Amino acid sequence: MHSPTAKIQDVFDEPACEINRAKDDKARKKGCSKPLTPGAAAGGCAFDGAKIVLQPITDVAHLVHAPLACEGNSWDNRGAASSGPTLWRRSFTTDLTEFDVVMGQGERKLFRAIREIKEGHAPSAIFVYSTCVTALIGDDIEVVCKRAAEKSGLPVVPINAPGFVGSKNLGNKLAGEALLDHVIGTVEPDDAGPYDINILGEFNLSGEFWLVKPLLDRLGIRVRACIPGDARYVDIASAHRARAAMLVCSTALINLARKMEERWGIPFFEGSFYGISDTSEALRQIAKLVVAKGANPDIIKRTEALIAEEEAIAWKRLAAFRPRLEGKRVLLNTGGVKSWSIVHALMEIGVEIVGTSVKKTTVEDKERIKQILKDESHMFESMAPRELYDMLSEQKVDIMLSGGRTQFIALKAKTPWLDINQERQHPYAGYAGMVELVRQIDLAIHNPMWWQVREPAPWEYQPTVKEELSCA
Amino acid sequence: MNRILPQIKSAAVNPLKSSQPLGAALAFLGVSGAIPLFHGSQGCTSFALVLLVRHFKEAVPLQTTAMDDVATILGGIDHLEEAILNLKTRTNPKLIGVCTTALVETRGEDFAKDLSNIKMKRANELSGTEIVLATTPDFEGAIEEGWTKAVTAMIERITRHGEQARQSKKIVILPGWNLTVADIEHLRETVESFGLKPVILPDLSGSLDGTVPDDRWVPTTYGGTTVKDIQELGTAVQCIAIGEHMRRPAEVLQRLAGVPYALFQTLTGLRGADRFISLLSAISGAPVPAKIRRRRAQLQDALLDGHFHFSGKKIAIAAEPDQLYQLATFFTGMGAEISAAVTTTGTSKILEKVPADPVQVGDLGDLEGLAAGADLLVTHSHGRQAAERLGIPLMRVGFPIFDRLGSQHKLTILYQGTRDLIFDVTNIFQADQHAPTPQSLDPFRNREMPDERRPSPIAR
Repeated sequence: MHSPTAKIQDVFDEPACEINRAKDDKARKKGCSKPLTPGAAAGGCAFDGAKIVLQPITDVAHLVHAPLACEGNSWDNRGAASSGPTLWRRSFTTDLTEFDVVMGQGERKLFRAIREIKEGHAPSAIFVYSTCVTALIGDDIEVVCKRAAEKSGLPVVPINAPGFVGSKNLGNKLAGEALLDHVIGTVEPDDAGPYDINILGEFNLSGEFWLVKPLLDRLGIRVRACIPGDARYVDIASAHRARAAMLVCSTALINLARKMEERWGIPFFEGSFYGISDTSEALRQIAKLVVAKGANPDIIKRTEALIAEEEAIAWKRLAAFRPRLEGKRVLLNTGGVKSWSIVHALMEIGVEIVGTSVKKTTVEDKERIKQILKDESHMFESMAPRELYDMLSEQKVDIMLSGGRTQFIALKAKTPWLDINQERQHPYAGYAGMVELVRQIDLAIHNPMWWQVREPAPWEYQPTVKEELSCA
Repeated sequence: MNRILPQIKSAAVNPLKSSQPLGAALAFLGVSGAIPLFHGSQGCTSFALVLLVRHFKEAVPLQTTAMDDVATILGGIDHLEEAILNLKTRTNPKLIGVCTTALVETRGEDFAKDLSNIKMKRANELSGTEIVLATTPDFEGAIEEGWTKAVTAMIERITRHGEQARQSKKIVILPGWNLTVADIEHLRETVESFGLKPVILPDLSGSLDGTVPDDRWVPTTYGGTTVKDIQELGTAVQCIAIGEHMRRPAEVLQRLAGVPYALFQTLTGLRGADRFISLLSAISGAPVPAKIRRRRAQLQDALLDGHFHFSGKKIAIAAEPDQLYQLATFFTGMGAEISAAVTTTGTSKILEKVPADPVQVGDLGDLEGLAAGADLLVTHSHGRQAAERLGIPLMRVGFPIFDRLGSQHKLTILYQGTRDLIFDVTNIFQADQHAPTPQSLDPFRNREMPDERRPSPIAR
């Protein structure tokens, strides 16, 4: 069996990671995942993380080599959008039975499963995920994939990230490694051009990348590969011919960005499409990088013109919300501020940030938060559900922005809540996305339903109810 | 007898099953002050948790022993002990329901022994908390088996053994997992209307009906069967088990405490409801209340109004064995035909009685293949892809239902629930009506013709 251990060490050693750079050698070796506390742990496993990163590739069959739970309890659960193929939403698993496990039938079953999928579903490629049980019984998915690829003529890619090796984030990175080892660079495009870029770590949740892509189209910039949102296999296989790259979700795929720079000389920058100034900055950086790699410098001027135009429209639309949102108190509970420009834009229209979690935040970011928050005590590492509930039920917060994990704490505390993590229903990227986010905050806070859940029943506080009834 | 076809494919396509430990966790969630604990890697818990939350739209307490690679090699007893102690200090639950997973079962430890060692060693720290073990590897069974094992384990572990003084009005109800919150509430009210005192295990109507305490956050379940109730199951005069998969816990209760049981394979449909009501009347010695008689008459009227829409319809169902039986008998009882039946496991005795031939053990890929030409698909939310591709309406039943609200508040049993089901199905059919066209009614369509008389495709 090929051990993922070396890979994991390599991933932990990521030199491009800000947090890692601040550590000494010994701390770096230990890796970034803190040991979990049994009975008090939350979050997904490495397999979960690997699948999150790769599953949005739309024309690939994702085959999970495992007993039922790994795939059966988790499929079709994320809101990435596809502009074409729907194969990625189908679920494939070897669904190992006790017999398979005891009799060592795993590899054979996997091999047959690959054949069935090739014949029945004509995928562009098959990604095979190892999991705890199949790693434990020693199934060698790399060898099976290799043989199946030779026999079928189809790319069959092993994704070696069994759950027990670590956290979701580690799985994200192992997925990036699998793309580097087996996919990127395997197809030579015949149409490479000076305006080709890659977008890394963009998942196209709720289709939100489609709020950004038209901006790039307008500038004549072509997205060679968006990894993984709405990607096709062949886009990723030929991604090594892009001239520049933007890394959107840095914690997930920083290793991919750095190694693509090393191997194929593709410079990258870390940026975000959330918020107005971040979107503008991202467009500027993209233009700058392609020019540095030989594109016509006039794109820089065109970019500035587009930015000026789009920012003006967005700010004008946002200003309309000021009267409704000025002075409203927002609690950000996301495990880390994903984009400063969202905070900036919210404050610009008069919203107050009354608290934020700093669990995944760098030292530098913590300083910035201190400047924004009036009261430093509202910066917290992570908050126990009970404390969060108490804080919310005292109605010190007008809305909480967070992920699904704390959704019901907010709702049961009768506090408006908006999902800004992966299960969200609305697209928030780009200029139009920022306006949409503010519109959703407005809708959530001002929904006329709130008084109905907050007010106690009349018989509990209104002694006059009897009289009212009698005069009706 | 019908044929039950085993799964022969190597790649499951669009799984029908949810995992066995999830079923066990669901049963533990029906106990007040409980927290289920998965003995496995954190992903096992995370996936089940997310799925439960997507279905119930509630915060769900569920924890993990967080097995990592080292513990997987060396053994997980330390993780199990640490998790139990942590849960005890942080949440002080009345019950910890340990569910094993494929990871630890593949390694193969003696969990029962591990647990009793932990309980002995930590007797003081853990006093006031029951710890129950359900052996539920993911590589066998599905929700039904997990639920059965958890309920059986709770009775074996917690219920006082031996013959006890019986309370003449007390009955125990062991509902299958496929009963909704609304079903459980309705059962309770029905039983109470005969002057009887029901104890329901598990009772999801207390814990997963959406209500929470007003003033504080509770990290365990809130509401449900109490541990004290479970201890005292032996004082009931009668046990009623609902669903073939509840036979085993009912038998265990009979063996341990001498409580006789009656088994209802389904409470949907007039016959099952009649038998249930008659039994309650017999146990209580009370006449059937006027309210219930009226419900029965309403059902009969719904049967009259609804049967037009069911007659001759082809229904494709994918569900766990007892729910498959419940729904298939409902549909055939209304004059429809089961054109495809897919289920999760082939071991349940009830499958022989399902009015469909064959019954395929398989997945939603199988359902999609078999359902062409059906008028209605009946399965959980994951059937939506198949429904879209086939252009057949989908009726969502079972677990998970994540793309519709209120599934737990839908009534599916006794007179009223059967009546509601008739209306639901009829309305789906009425919303999906196809207007007649000259082509669809042409008497010569699809008729075998000699080649030369067939109109040329170009002429059309």
